[in-house]
Amino acid sequence: MATETGIGASVRRTEDARFITGTGRYTDDINVPGQTYCVFVRSTHARAKIKSIDTSDALSTPGVVAAFVGADLAKDEIGDLPCGWLVKSKDGSDMIAPPHPPIATERVNYVGEPYALVIGETVQAAKDGAEAIVAEFEIQTPVMDVASATQSEQIHESVPSNRSYDWELGDKAATDAAFEDAAHVTSLDIVNNRLIPNAIEPRAALGSFDAASETYTLHTTSQNPHLERLVLAAFVNIAPEAKLHVVSPDVGGGFGSKIFVYAEETAVIWASAKVGRPVKWTADRVESFLSDAHGRDHVTHAELALSEEGDFLGLRVKTTANMGAYLSTFASSVPTYLYGTLMAGQYKTPAIYVEVQAVFTNTAPVDAYRGAGRPEATYVVERLVETAARELNTDVAELRRRNFINPEDFPYETPVALTYDTGNYAASLDKALEYANYSGFASRKARSEADGKRRGLGFSCYIEACGLAPSQVALSLGAGVGLFESAEVRVDVTGSVTVMTGAHSHGQGHETTFAQLVSDKLGIPFENVSVVHGDTRRSDYGLGTYGSRSIAVGGSAISKATDKIVTKAKKIAAHMLDSEEDQVSFDDGIFTIPDSNESLTFGEVAFSAYVPGNFPLDELEPGLSEKAFYDPANFTYPAGTHICEVEIDSETGTTSIVSFVAVDDFGNVINPMIVEGQVHGGLAQGIGQALLEHGIYDSDGQLVSGSYMDYTMPRADDLPDFVVDTTSTPCTHNPLGVKGCGEAGAIGATAAVMNAITDALGVKDLPMPATSETVWRAIQGG
Amino acid sequence: MEFQGESNIPAPCQEVWDALLDPEILKECIDGCQEMTQVSEHQYLAKVRARIGPVRTTFSANIQMVDVVAPTSYTLEVSATGGAAGFGKGSASISLVDHGSETQMHYAVNGVVGGKLAQIGSRLIGGVIDKLTTHFFTKFVERWTLQT
Repeated sequence: MATETGIGASVRRTEDARFITGTGRYTDDINVPGQTYCVFVRSTHARAKIKSIDTSDALSTPGVVAAFVGADLAKDEIGDLPCGWLVKSKDGSDMIAPPHPPIATERVNYVGEPYALVIGETVQAAKDGAEAIVAEFEIQTPVMDVASATQSEQIHESVPSNRSYDWELGDKAATDAAFEDAAHVTSLDIVNNRLIPNAIEPRAALGSFDAASETYTLHTTSQNPHLERLVLAAFVNIAPEAKLHVVSPDVGGGFGSKIFVYAEETAVIWASAKVGRPVKWTADRVESFLSDAHGRDHVTHAELALSEEGDFLGLRVKTTANMGAYLSTFASSVPTYLYGTLMAGQYKTPAIYVEVQAVFTNTAPVDAYRGAGRPEATYVVERLVETAARELNTDVAELRRRNFINPEDFPYETPVALTYDTGNYAASLDKALEYANYSGFASRKARSEADGKRRGLGFSCYIEACGLAPSQVALSLGAGVGLFESAEVRVDVTGSVTVMTGAHSHGQGHETTFAQLVSDKLGIPFENVSVVHGDTRRSDYGLGTYGSRSIAVGGSAISKATDKIVTKAKKIAAHMLDSEEDQVSFDDGIFTIPDSNESLTFGEVAFSAYVPGNFPLDELEPGLSEKAFYDPANFTYPAGTHICEVEIDSETGTTSIVSFVAVDDFGNVINPMIVEGQVHGGLAQGIGQALLEHGIYDSDGQLVSGSYMDYTMPRADDLPDFVVDTTSTPCTHNPLGVKGCGEAGAIGATAAVMNAITDALGVKDLPMPATSETVWRAIQGG
Repeated sequence: MEFQGESNIPAPCQEVWDALLDPEILKECIDGCQEMTQVSEHQYLAKVRARIGPVRTTFSANIQMVDVVAPTSYTLEVSATGGAAGFGKGSASISLVDHGSETQMHYAVNGVVGGKLAQIGSRLIGGVIDKLTTHFFTKFVERWTLQT
């Protein structure tokens, strides 16, 4: 049904009314009687043995309720923070995950690692108590350099050479052979800079324990409350899942960093029973910088083999990925199954071989950050392809087009374990070329040069595997959890509908998108649908939101549950109309039967379901409420072309993005406005990585870009007016034909920007971020 | 972090040396110094209140004099903790050159900071040290210039 609120309509986000009027309800907004406040005492050393921790002065500080150290948690058999994805090395051995106690016990391994917690009547009392903790350390030389980490001092007793795993994917022999036959080889040494996520709402947790029912309640800023509950129950040993209630209320941004189970909520929920009062912790911005899982941080050597004619023959990639000091919840999967598997990009490269070693350093743990592995893969492939075109003096667009997987090639099995279901890469490229006025670039460049400026154009034809699922694939590759999604659609007596989803909205607009989907399918007013999420006691189960999975997996589950509602409602309608179930048609909210002018509205059927005056009860149950679990057959593969045009001031090295075109194929789109917003946000983060953002530790292990004075977030005035459009090849294996759009911007943009800057400067590579200083130095010739 | 400099003090070398070792004089000359206690011949404990950008804290410092060659040179080993603000540690090598009624003082300092100081103050520390140094020598030199 094409309406103002149905599928395909740019409905204004209903949740925004509370977000923009300050009436959202975030974790820190929740206060409970008797609440205490927790402050964590964090290491200021990057690597040290803990010689002693004295809490006695803290305990005698006015207003301090309790102070705990790691040993206190260990005494209660609180488990380590686990890594939920088992990656195997080339030799078949399991990755090594060093012990990761929530609160450090014997040693600290990065600046910001908590080694004690103080609970006070007020935040200030807890802070005073934290100041009074006296700890002695034996300071050791930290391991800071990723590239040489395997030759450095061993950080963890259980991890020789500081290497968690040495993984490979693809056919090495075939790839090496392809390089031997190559007419041309392009190679690049690439550093993918460390990023710090910076969600607008810092992480927070409020733990309570009800002694009477022996039940814990945790309000926290999680992207996946059921997963939080599972880990706290099964690995950390807080309580059985049935005695653990996890709520993620409104959450202000995550970008991956709120997927993981962290030390802080673990300690807070444990401490709530220990002190017998609710315990609240809210990170300040400094803590966010230090302790949120960081992103990216790869060092890579990559080579592309080409034939004389410009056909891609082989791709060889060797990456060292920085894991930080410990393996965070999904850290191991990011530089492997979310990275190596994407190396085919949009191309028919027949032979690909990827090697990744994951190493530990004395830095904050690194895990999924918007795009997670796929931006890094796109960066490798698209920087290589653009460089190859320049080296061969070939048009960058045409070299890509020549190597594209064509529409008739789908389903297409890549040499790196994925099967792309559908796509039309040339369609996105053509549309983007038109928007970018590709043919006019030469004259624009000449004009810039006349003004003493340098102009460059850069492309990125990215692909991503998202809609994270399917369980069978993920489980066979080492995932510790299934990756389906659940939904419940409850029809009320009066025909309004409440949808319970296992997906979690922390800015994505699910309350609007999912309501559009259900109102469209049931032919009921948009306003009559409410969406509930983020509560383990209200949704059956859920894997949460990340990997652009909400609409593709969560939306499909809702679609499936809604179909069940229609099936049941038809049964009821058949009974009411004295007909047969298979005779009932349902369209636009009306039930009809053939050869009759009798019809029923959805509301009438719903009412009857709850007022079952004469139901044949052995055949027809009262009520109208259905659940579904949806597990897709494959990933979804959004893809597109991003074209960035830059102008660089030769005197200052300042880069202005004068145009940015993003044409993305997301399959079917439910709410184009929300999709465009997601693309804008992703582009800002992708451009931020290329131009501005950099998480820097000094050689002593101090995070020197640890505040907004030194860590540059992209702002509106750093960004151009984006040109955003879509093409569509609907996903072939989910009921909505949708692919997901959350990460595309961040995946595609970075390579496009750096390709544009290197084009403008006429250099092969430039380290990110391309700050004015970096660009200026390149202009000066080193 | 490393820096060095020199200053001319309008006093004979021995006099300067004695002043540099006097906890009361040091307390007067170090901006924000609340306590300076000599605990042994070559060890001092100090409390200094300092503000480095947005970080304001009181440092507790343990100062050890090593390689003492009276009256011409010594090295200070300093280790300071600033509570939640982090820590600083470093050394300062000081040498005096006798020019009769004047003494030239050289100093070379290197140090590291950690914790919040490094995270949000590292860019500002150079400026803070400049200010502290200028303040120190102004006050120190004034001991003689104001007498005349």
